[in-house]
Amino acid sequence: MQITRGMRLKQAKEHVAQKLGVSLMDLSDPVVMLDVRKERGLGSFTEAGEILYIDDPVGLEAKFHIAELLGIPINSVERFKAMTGGRG
Amino acid sequence: MTEHPIPTRMGDGALVFLTPAEIEAAIRDGVAAAVKRAKVEPLTEDEIAHLLDIFSSRSRFSAVDIGDEVTLSYDGCGSQDIGTRVNDLQYYEQYLCADSVELYHHDYSYKPAKAVLGLEQTTMRQAQFLLTAPCGYGAMPDLGLYTVPDGPIANWAQLLPMGKIAESRAAQEEAVELAVDDIVLVAASMAEAGADFIDLDTAGAAGDADFLAALQAIERIRARFPDLGIQIGMASEFVLGMHGELEYDGVRLAGLWPREQMKLAAKAGVTIFGPAINVNTGKSVAWNVARTITIVKQCCEEATVPVHLNGGMGVGGVPMHILPPGDAASRASRSAVDILRLDGL
Repeated sequence: MQITRGMRLKQAKEHVAQKLGVSLMDLSDPVVMLDVRKERGLGSFTEAGEILYIDDPVGLEAKFHIAELLGIPINSVERFKAMTGGRG
Repeated sequence: MTEHPIPTRMGDGALVFLTPAEIEAAIRDGVAAAVKRAKVEPLTEDEIAHLLDIFSSRSRFSAVDIGDEVTLSYDGCGSQDIGTRVNDLQYYEQYLCADSVELYHHDYSYKPAKAVLGLEQTTMRQAQFLLTAPCGYGAMPDLGLYTVPDGPIANWAQLLPMGKIAESRAAQEEAVELAVDDIVLVAASMAEAGADFIDLDTAGAAGDADFLAALQAIERIRARFPDLGIQIGMASEFVLGMHGELEYDGVRLAGLWPREQMKLAAKAGVTIFGPAINVNTGKSVAWNVARTITIVKQCCEEATVPVHLNGGMGVGGVPMHILPPGDAASRASRSAVDILRLDGL
């Protein structure tokens, strides 16, 4: 939210919490957020087999979900869409 | 009552022992130095008391309250000595919990980056597949690289001592045009390769012309890429007047402090502004932190874009040492976040 929208931290935290359906304090809680990130496909630590499973999005895959969830244009995601959009 | 000395640091990183009374005196002196130099308001008594509380602790590490965490952005990520540059970015995301990462070339200036643009684009593209954190590209405007013997333009550092003021100014104006073209070319190329943001780091290092080049480049990048992140990190606390007469949006750039720097950067189109406050190595970290916070406070209060204070070796109260001690770096960071309500570091 800061990078693409220039949103200040307080508003950015409120926006993200609202989109995720969690409290502001939850954003600071890695125990809560690990589950939230996995449920929403937002990426996590890529410790294969322990934290991350085959169905969990990583890298750019997770970024697609973040862009969609927050309703923001992320340049890398937009570029990838443009490169792959005409196929299939 | 006897006051027990507290282990704390000097601005060069040296460990010293100061009593709470000495620490308080250093904090008040740092605030006064900022007020005198930058013509800003002093910290309140509550804020001074909070700094004294932080710096009177003997703990190894100091941190903000749970819930008060801020985002951490980084200029050039990684040492480029272990694995690949993409590995560097992964380490920062996965092990250092960086909120954004930045690909960079070793020369870390836009002019030399232009010469290896294809390599930089390919590396950015590879990195984007592997990373989830926002990944940008960063370098310095570095106006000095355009002067002889490194570039085509007369060297104003040689002209000025000869009293050739007009020639010096003309050379700087010419360098601005070349630098803006290079920055925009690299930024556009990296955006096409998938960069999530562009960082113009150490802006103003060569003075007001350097800052002008950054602002003009930002304006052009923003016009071409409305949704791209643009971050600017300043070179020092105020803009040196190497030219002296350059203006942006009707404001003279020479001598600007963070509050005015931020306003012009926001006007040009940045999404994140990074003020840089110099460290005095002969003063304590408490003095430097108090001075830093006093200088930046008004900038943060009036900011219309996120403010990420530069906190690292020699800026933002962090000691000028190649390995800044964690006790000092954490106190400087916590102090700035607590009092300035920063958006990031």
